[in-house]
Amino acid sequence: MKPAVRVAGLHKAYGHVEAVRGVDLEIARGEVFGLLGPNGAGKTTIVEILEGYRSRDAGSVEVLGFDPQECPREFREQIGVVLQHSELPPSLTVRETHRMFADYYRAPRDIDEVVELVGLAEKRDARVKTLSGGQKRRLDLGVALIGDPELVFLDEPTTGFDPAARRTAWDLIRSLRELGKTVFLTTHYLDEAQQLADRVAVIRGGVLVAQGTPDELTRHGDETEIRWVENGEQVVITTTDATRALHEATGAALAEGRVLEGLEVRRPSLEDVYLELVGEPPARAEGGE
Amino acid sequence: MTMLLRRIRWEQVLFWRNREAAVFVFIFPPLLYLLLGAVYGDEIDDVPAADVLLAGMIGYGCANTAFAGLAITQVIRRENGSLKRLRATPLPMATYFTATVVSILLVFALQMLTTLVLGVVLYDASGPKRPFELVVLGVFGGLAFAGLGFGAAAVIRSAEGASAVVNLAVLPMAFLSGSFGPTRNYPEVLQRFSEVLPLTYLNRLLERVYLRDESMFGDPKALLILAAWGLAGYLLAWRRFGWSPRER
Repeated sequence: MKPAVRVAGLHKAYGHVEAVRGVDLEIARGEVFGLLGPNGAGKTTIVEILEGYRSRDAGSVEVLGFDPQECPREFREQIGVVLQHSELPPSLTVRETHRMFADYYRAPRDIDEVVELVGLAEKRDARVKTLSGGQKRRLDLGVALIGDPELVFLDEPTTGFDPAARRTAWDLIRSLRELGKTVFLTTHYLDEAQQLADRVAVIRGGVLVAQGTPDELTRHGDETEIRWVENGEQVVITTTDATRALHEATGAALAEGRVLEGLEVRRPSLEDVYLELVGEPPARAEGGE
Repeated sequence: MTMLLRRIRWEQVLFWRNREAAVFVFIFPPLLYLLLGAVYGDEIDDVPAADVLLAGMIGYGCANTAFAGLAITQVIRRENGSLKRLRATPLPMATYFTATVVSILLVFALQMLTTLVLGVVLYDASGPKRPFELVVLGVFGGLAFAGLGFGAAAVIRSAEGASAVVNLAVLPMAFLSGSFGPTRNYPEVLQRFSEVLPLTYLNRLLERVYLRDESMFGDPKALLILAAWGLAGYLLAWRRFGWSPRER
């Protein structure tokens, strides 16, 4: 099957600021893909190009077999979009809001089913203005799903959430995977990408600096850290050959009759990798988003 | 077609559910008519004052509803991301615009009717001389002012400022173009200025159709100027109207 998204050599500049500088991406159908990066790295620019909101300067983009730049109606039948900032009419009820959006699609999903899916069944007749922030975000998601899209774009879906609301949102996004949807997720939260995404790309200054499954990314450096305390001082060894290094350290200690206090062997977490990739000040952090 | 009808229905639901806007856009002209009708005398230029004011108030209602109401709604929807969100759905934008215009025309028609009924019942107004042409003129004027509304929405930057900006345009315009009574005694300078305002020409046509039993087509110059204003608005919107919130 053709991939859901295929991007090659994508460039986009705003005036003199190059927001995206040569990005290649491929996302398979049914995959949850996470685009991870700090604010201003170019995430929103990329997702808005894929959604059909923005034109590109160079490169090729194919989303569900369409060129989103032309944004044909057939393309819009097949995507669902949750924007970072958008409001729904406060005076409509939850059901009415879904019904209004359902009216725009050729073959919408059942309204009550979607309301149930996003966990708003109890609020189905409540006016939008009475919903909490988290409930409004769920409504955004319900509205994005009402057309039964192939591909769902979520632009920073949990920014500003409290931890409980974030958990709920995560469960919801996982349920999208069970529905067989392809999900394109942008986030600046590392744990979010790790928890949800099948594959992650890390972006910095408009360039992808790493791409792979969360597991592959943590193997990125292929280094292991061994640390212990000796004479009250922390000793840290970073090595690509952990077996040998650990054997040497423990062998020496045993021979001298010492104990390696607080011995710890750890592989870098995705966080370490992320910080290594984007931790230093980005070359071009300005603009774009 | 069904999608257009559905969207018109949603526009109506959204309009009437939004109480503040409904009060401001719909109630204000009839309310002003009640007040002015109570203070003006029996006759203005040998015509019942109730009728003179009614003709003028229909013009003001048109500007207030099709221009001001529409412009404010569009700016708010753009700035809060609703239009951007809508653009990712299969709803064709031409359908969206058509539904918006038809919906505001419906509101204006109902408003016209309300004001007429108030005038006839409370102030003994005799009603329009050419009712059918009044409807045609109402649609024509509504389309022109809706064009100006879209044009204004295209250039207004913020939702907060939208209502101030359009009211600053509408109220003085209504005053200068004679919606609130004859302008004959206004200073020369103001009368000259009123000659460029679109509402002056809509009011002139309303007087013909409503008060004098003359066809609106007897004043092609007024029709043309009004149409030109409307087209300029649509053209400006075509060139400048954005879907996304202005970058903050």
